[in-house]
Amino acid sequence: MLRSPSGVIGLIILLLAISVALFGPMLFPNSPWRMVQRPFLPPFTLATVPLGTDALGRDVFAGMIFGARVSLLVGMVSTLVALVVGVPIGAMAGYFGGRVDDALMRFTEFFQTIPSFALAIVLVAILQPSIYSIVASIALVSWPPVARLVRGEVLSLRTREYVQAAVVTGQSNTWIILREILPNTLSPVIVLASLMVATAILLESSLAFLGLGDPNLISWGYMVGAGRTVIRQAWWITVFPGVAILISVLGLNLIGEGLNDALNPRLSREGR
Amino acid sequence: MLSFVAQRVVKGVIVLLAIVVLNFFLIRLAPGDPAVVMAGEAGASDQIFVQQLREKFGLDKPLPEQLFIYVKGIATLDLGFSFRQQAPVAKLIGERLPATLLLTLTAFAISLVLGVLFGTFAARFAGTFLDTAITVFALIFYAMPIFWVALMGILLFSVTMDWLPSFGYETVGANLTGFAHAVDVAKHLIMPAMTLGLFFMATYTRMTRASMLEVKRLDFVKTARAKGLSDAVIQRRHVLRNALLPVVTLAGVHSGTLIGGAVITETVFAWPGIGRLMYDALLQRDYNLLLGVFVICSAMVLIFNLITDLVYRLVDPRIEFTT
Repeated sequence: MLRSPSGVIGLIILLLAISVALFGPMLFPNSPWRMVQRPFLPPFTLATVPLGTDALGRDVFAGMIFGARVSLLVGMVSTLVALVVGVPIGAMAGYFGGRVDDALMRFTEFFQTIPSFALAIVLVAILQPSIYSIVASIALVSWPPVARLVRGEVLSLRTREYVQAAVVTGQSNTWIILREILPNTLSPVIVLASLMVATAILLESSLAFLGLGDPNLISWGYMVGAGRTVIRQAWWITVFPGVAILISVLGLNLIGEGLNDALNPRLSREGR
Repeated sequence: MLSFVAQRVVKGVIVLLAIVVLNFFLIRLAPGDPAVVMAGEAGASDQIFVQQLREKFGLDKPLPEQLFIYVKGIATLDLGFSFRQQAPVAKLIGERLPATLLLTLTAFAISLVLGVLFGTFAARFAGTFLDTAITVFALIFYAMPIFWVALMGILLFSVTMDWLPSFGYETVGANLTGFAHAVDVAKHLIMPAMTLGLFFMATYTRMTRASMLEVKRLDFVKTARAKGLSDAVIQRRHVLRNALLPVVTLAGVHSGTLIGGAVITETVFAWPGIGRLMYDALLQRDYNLLLGVFVICSAMVLIFNLITDLVYRLVDPRIEFTT
């Protein structure tokens, strides 16, 4: 991982983003919702409001810092939830095979066929926008690739001798799946997870852009959406939060590639 | 071939049916009594009207019967009624569908042609500056949210340079006809289609590059070289054709994302398609319309998947038409 330059760049970006999310609000306690200056203050004019203000005189820089929390949190938690759903489904399908496999895979394919962003919009709109409904919707549309990946891995691991040995010694299925098989599927799952966090951040920002963000939390997508109508007067309100999204997603994609090169040297040649 | 298509169509219909059932339960997840919600959307909420709505939509009947009525309605292309817009949902969608098809198909064509072109170049000149430049650009475009690309496009090409119109399908009030009208629509189409296409172009570029490099190493390419075929012929007829297979698969997988991207793009550019309709339904919490658009989007994805499956089999003669 550390030998791949793109992986290192990605890691630096991610660490930076995480520290902004963790410590930023402590260092810059300006509330992103409070009016601090006159509206439409251009960036780089006042040191206290370095990135200017929006249409209501709110600090764009403060919004960027507090927005990092929402983006990263939603990205990571929804990926985690997707893993919690996808890994068991994939593991059971791959391990038990036969009818169980058929049923679970039809179920997975069904979710893969539904246009994911449209489903996320419908779900958040119906459940009412909140951080919980957003995380749940993103998780619900992103678990199928996990299930398929884990199933494929388990299918090939199931026939290995050490797994057969565990079966012969009378271990329970649960024990074999949890202790013998799943640990060996970890590296491709980690690669997929890092790319899923990136996709989840994009999804969250798109939902927030459409007005489906948590109304109590500022996020990058919301800021771009709010600045959209005044783009002719104030470019900075839309430009800066977008750059933040771009850099975070890029960082995570680079990490995914770096991890892929490091963990699956065989796959790295194929790209993804 | 025919039986293959028939099988896939049957499978698609089953999936669509499952989506319709899911839709039925989603409507019931919406806050409040559907009849009261509908009455509110219609702007009246006295008891008699609510009761009339209940009877009209069978909401006073047991759930399985309601489901049956709902599925039957959709089978006859009755997607319900939008009280906000005072029109049947199917009619609203029908009016908007052509604009969405124009946008998504143009974006798809742009992304596929440019993506395969850039990917081929990158693979052809692997390791050179050109390759690095293409790869870096693809990575960046791959990480940009579509709504932001759209806004940056407007900022650059409409606000700053004033080259392209920033919204709409045609110039309002110009009443152009024939060729002039087509040019006008094309001008309005460029930015939305490029915006939507960029993300997918980046994906296809990466896929084509990786897949061409992979195929290049295979034995049959060596054989072709040993036969004395020219480099251009090998690249085109042997490498590219095989390298395109995963790209076709990817195009099928991404059809849902393309529709999702259309919702965003149409919203930003006020493009009068079903994506914009979905956004309007969202703003007004018009659940009937929202879910109607959702069903149609799912159907479009299914049709697109069927087409990519057929194309895959055309590109790859090794696969026979069986499931």
